[in-house]
Amino acid sequence: MRLSKSWIIASKDFKVYSKKKNLIYVLFVVPLLIAFLIPGVIGYVAHKSNAELTVFLPAFSFFYLILAGSLPSTIASYTLVGEKVEKSLEPLLATPTTDSEILLGKGIAAFIPPFVAILAGSAVFMALMDLVTRSKLGYYFFPNWNSDIVLFLMVPLAVIMSVEWNIAVSARVSDVRAAQQLGYLIVLPLMGIYVSGELDIINLGHTSNLLIVGGILLVVDIILLYVARATFQREEILTSWK
Amino acid sequence: MIETENLTKKFGDMTAVDSVTLHVVEGEVFGFLGPNGAGKTTTVRMLCCLISKTSGVARIGEYEVGNNADSLKIRKMIGFVPDNVGLYESLNAYDNLDFYGKLYDCNETQRKENIERFLKMLGLWEKRDVSAGTFSKGMKQKLAIARSLIHDPKVLFMDEPTANLDPESSKTVRDFILKLKTEKKTIFLNTHNLDEAQKICDRIAILNTKLMALGTPQELERSVSGRKTVIQLEQTSDLIMTALKKVTARNIAVDGNKLTIDVVDPEKENVAIVDAIVRAGGHVQSVIVVGSTLEDAYLSLVRHDK
Repeated sequence: MRLSKSWIIASKDFKVYSKKKNLIYVLFVVPLLIAFLIPGVIGYVAHKSNAELTVFLPAFSFFYLILAGSLPSTIASYTLVGEKVEKSLEPLLATPTTDSEILLGKGIAAFIPPFVAILAGSAVFMALMDLVTRSKLGYYFFPNWNSDIVLFLMVPLAVIMSVEWNIAVSARVSDVRAAQQLGYLIVLPLMGIYVSGELDIINLGHTSNLLIVGGILLVVDIILLYVARATFQREEILTSWK
Repeated sequence: MIETENLTKKFGDMTAVDSVTLHVVEGEVFGFLGPNGAGKTTTVRMLCCLISKTSGVARIGEYEVGNNADSLKIRKMIGFVPDNVGLYESLNAYDNLDFYGKLYDCNETQRKENIERFLKMLGLWEKRDVSAGTFSKGMKQKLAIARSLIHDPKVLFMDEPTANLDPESSKTVRDFILKLKTEKKTIFLNTHNLDEAQKICDRIAILNTKLMALGTPQELERSVSGRKTVIQLEQTSDLIMTALKKVTARNIAVDGNKLTIDVVDPEKENVAIVDAIVRAGGHVQSVIVVGSTLEDAYLSLVRHDK
């Protein structure tokens, strides 16, 4: 596999995204909205005790985990279904590139923008959160080990999971909106993790629990990689993709 | 340059292409005619290593279609214009070509030179910074052709390159194909357009799942329906008819003083026919050779197959 080929494909997709302003708004507006809104609310309820705040604050990191599931759907639906709609996959497949190189290129193109948007949003979120809670807690709550695990382990794994799921979904649909709607279903297990934490079914404040959830995401990623690879077959794309 | 032997493709129980054997030489413009669903696109897709073959052998140059190690080499030496142009509509013409140039491993200088050369040849250079999505069908088709040539391929597969184009754009594309022929490129042209095939193809194959006929346009015209000589006489007579039956055993249709005679080689046969009429006391007013067209040949083969 030649990474340079995948990067050429991903770079072309970045150029295509840059022409679609709506896509950029959708990518960055929600993470930044959360980044500004939640610290604002926390500032308003800052009368809570230190103990309550330290239980309260880690839960918000999981908003970004949920975003990691939903944001790639927006992008992935453009990278694959968009190519189907524009009928541009056939000439692309006729070039001297392998299926894996194309798939990786599409994967990179669907991974980087949402990951960057989430990192940007969470950076603003943590900075503002520290700003409003520092006086109450007496220290900067973010970043911490758990937030780092969420952002740099669980979020990328969740983005990869979403990208792979969307590739599998793209084979079955022929319009961008349908792909997005089906793609968003991948958010459900991530919301399940968040709700389980809120209901104390899983203690998401424990680093070991986060690592276990990260491990499960990794296993799901590997399974979905095989599913996506099996779906993205040159002949299948040309003869069966609707 | 392109060789197939009993090339077959089945989708489940349905045979899309059945034992096609053909040989296209270097620098030839080879037309591939056939009705919808005849297997033309499937054949091209097999030859471009886009889909697998079920059985048979196919080679492009020295490389074998279906051999994984050769697939990338084949795709590198061919250009492909699909029936749907498949451009990136939000990108401009230059970026569309530049992307493909990179995928074909052309260096920056090569890309710049080829993009400028082909966009200028196809009259799109002034529009290089305009989004492909705003182009007319003809312009998009030209851009797709430029894209297929960006790496200077030896073999070019074109699937219906003039379908849905206005006459002027069709002519530009046809002229461009003829220009490519002078550069010794081998062109495999899928088309429904018989007139186009007749004008630009050196040889033509007629496909209807199976290969129905193969030859030059002239050979196909003759082999399938033959030709007719139409003779207008001042007056027909039994004497003339008897004389004609002695020189030709073929069908003679009489309509008043007009005789229509089936011929295979009118240049040779007409001399004897006219001579027989004159010897029998006939006065010939006009002699016209009516050639059966490629369309006659095509329809005869396709209808006969049904």
